[in-house]
Amino acid sequence: MALDLQFTPQQRQFRAEVRAWMAAHVPRTALATLEGAAGFEQHRQWERTLASGNWGMVTWPREYGGRGANLIEWLIFEEEYYRASAPLRVNQNGIFLLGPTLMEFGSAAQKARFLPAMAAGEEIWAQAWSEPQSGSDLAAIRASATREGDEYVLRGHKIWSSRAAFADWCFGIFRTDPVSTRHHGLTFILVPLRHAGVRVRGIRQIHGEPGFAEIFFEEARVPLANRLGAEGQGWHIAMTTAGFERGLMLRSPARFQVAAQRLVELWRRHQDTADASLAARVAQAWQDARAYALNTYSTASRLMAGGSIGVEASLNKVFWSELDLELHRTAMTLLGARAELLPGAADAGDADGWLEGFLFSLAGPIYAGTNEIQRNLIAERLLGLPRG
Amino acid sequence: MDFTFSDEQRMMAGALRTLLDDICAPAALRRVFEGQDGAAAEGRWQRLGELGLFGVLAPESRGGMGLGDADFVLLAEEAGRAALPEPLAEQAGVAVPALSEAVSAGAPLAEILGRAAEGSARIAVAHPLCPYANVPPAPTYWLVCQGDTVSLYEAAAVAAVPEASIDAGRRLVRPDLPHAGGERLAAGEAGRALSARIANRAALYTAAQCLGLAERLIQLAVAYAVARSQFGKPIGAYQAIKHHLASAQVRLEFARPVVHAAVARLTELGAQAAAAISHAKLAAGDAADLAARTAMQVHGAMGYSWEVDLHFYMKRAWALAGTWGDRNFHARRVQSLVCGGALALGPEETFT
Repeated sequence: MALDLQFTPQQRQFRAEVRAWMAAHVPRTALATLEGAAGFEQHRQWERTLASGNWGMVTWPREYGGRGANLIEWLIFEEEYYRASAPLRVNQNGIFLLGPTLMEFGSAAQKARFLPAMAAGEEIWAQAWSEPQSGSDLAAIRASATREGDEYVLRGHKIWSSRAAFADWCFGIFRTDPVSTRHHGLTFILVPLRHAGVRVRGIRQIHGEPGFAEIFFEEARVPLANRLGAEGQGWHIAMTTAGFERGLMLRSPARFQVAAQRLVELWRRHQDTADASLAARVAQAWQDARAYALNTYSTASRLMAGGSIGVEASLNKVFWSELDLELHRTAMTLLGARAELLPGAADAGDADGWLEGFLFSLAGPIYAGTNEIQRNLIAERLLGLPRG
Repeated sequence: MDFTFSDEQRMMAGALRTLLDDICAPAALRRVFEGQDGAAAEGRWQRLGELGLFGVLAPESRGGMGLGDADFVLLAEEAGRAALPEPLAEQAGVAVPALSEAVSAGAPLAEILGRAAEGSARIAVAHPLCPYANVPPAPTYWLVCQGDTVSLYEAAAVAAVPEASIDAGRRLVRPDLPHAGGERLAAGEAGRALSARIANRAALYTAAQCLGLAERLIQLAVAYAVARSQFGKPIGAYQAIKHHLASAQVRLEFARPVVHAAVARLTELGAQAAAAISHAKLAAGDAADLAARTAMQVHGAMGYSWEVDLHFYMKRAWALAGTWGDRNFHARRVQSLVCGGALALGPEETFT
């Protein structure tokens, strides 16, 4: 039935089940930041707890640790997850990006080997895309994989690799054809991070914690079985993964809706001193989060009806990253003099958490492909403007 | 939960687009803007009636199609895309459902409802949120919302003062409202409710027109950016132009589902409905506004000229932003609902 915006009784039942489980299991006190070593382990433990309830990745088939849920149920799960203030997903590179990519391109053996451990939080994944000379221009990558017998020998230098400082595995693209250029001759390979010839060096982020890392490949050897898809197919597979990242999975609307709800509460506490324009910005933040949610339900419906997500993913990425930044800027303005106080500072009070969120929101328009690159993609692939 | 439209719904919108490409092309709009329209307005009204469009929301027993708002919203988008001068949305999306509701409640207006559904009874709508009404060619009735009463008057009973607008594509008048007479549709609490539903419908279908306009404006700007060359290449190859247009497209894409979701709230009158309708009007109005601003900049001096068609659509976007609740009204309504505590805000409340 067209344009039917009611949840079914089964979907309501599913929501109730998630809500009850979260109420019983979400830690009462917030975990330490997942950008640091201690917090990383706490978050890994939380993934195991989730998996014990079979909630690791609800959309996956049961044999891989999922529940075979559809996309609407996924959105319901996320709503209840954020509503319960559950911890951030330390394995998002795995469950949201590599997981769906494996479903599409992986062999049966690869799926059986990697997906259950991913859903269970036993193996945490990092991305290995960017290189020092290959940022927005990703096709300029130089890191190579040379075939020797039944192994690849990896050489090169990856950087800005989120979670790599503490993760177990990374996935990335390497040049397997030495005479190839640009997006040709690239291959998608899975590499263990604690492995001979792999050296990881954390990079401290703006808040001082090593939220990302450099990875040096110094003749690291991995079996050919670690290749995803065919040799030379790496660019295509990487772009599919990037589509998941910008598209439906990485940033659930519920995350922003809960943040907007907290922003309204913050405004209520500060309304007597707040500049009049702030109420409008608060209301706008709520509307933008709602618009993102509605658009996501619309996309999910389209996908369930057999559609696909292509360049629309770029529209999503621009919208959520900019709404998140503006929402947090509004919070910082409301907090005024206390906005600069670090969590745990003597007078932090209700400023607690907003600063961390603000810093993270600043990264949004940069990671997963800068918003400038996204706007180029929208203009060229959706609107049909000529390439520069 | 299904956010998609059916093939039938899309086909009907496609049929209207084809018709409007024929009867409401830019050349036709130019004649309207230059006062050379002659009998064309009458012809357009007839053609819309021949497709049965005025009766989309009327019950089949009254000669209508008996369809719902999810069917009509795509038609309103098409009317916006073409900058149709005639008030299809007010007649078919607002007046006909209001009459239909009154007839169901026992008002002796079944015959007029039947004629409104075929377009022979032409109904102008007066409401405090729309001080200047876009009226059909030769209106026969006024549907008037005043205080807590909603009444239907013969056209002759209402003095309509023409108002000159920058959007010469609409037939704009200020109704001088009568104090007595007319056929009462509803009064008291029922009158307030009907009046609120009339305003919500009109705001939503105005928002839908804004979506169509935004799409048209972006399309015109893209076509110009591809055709126009400077420094040896099409201006659309430069990132400055691309990024402007991409931003306009983002705003449009995230307004669309807000408008479509509000369709499901048209029969309600609570806080969720008010927030959904106002959000739709704001999001679509902002999308059309940004598309207009962007399209003009992309066109350069051409966009500031009378000879390029762009201004017909730009002026409609400006006009619709201020009608059926301007930005001040809808932004204040959302703000008081969101900040004031009347609205349940969490992610689990999106569809409750």
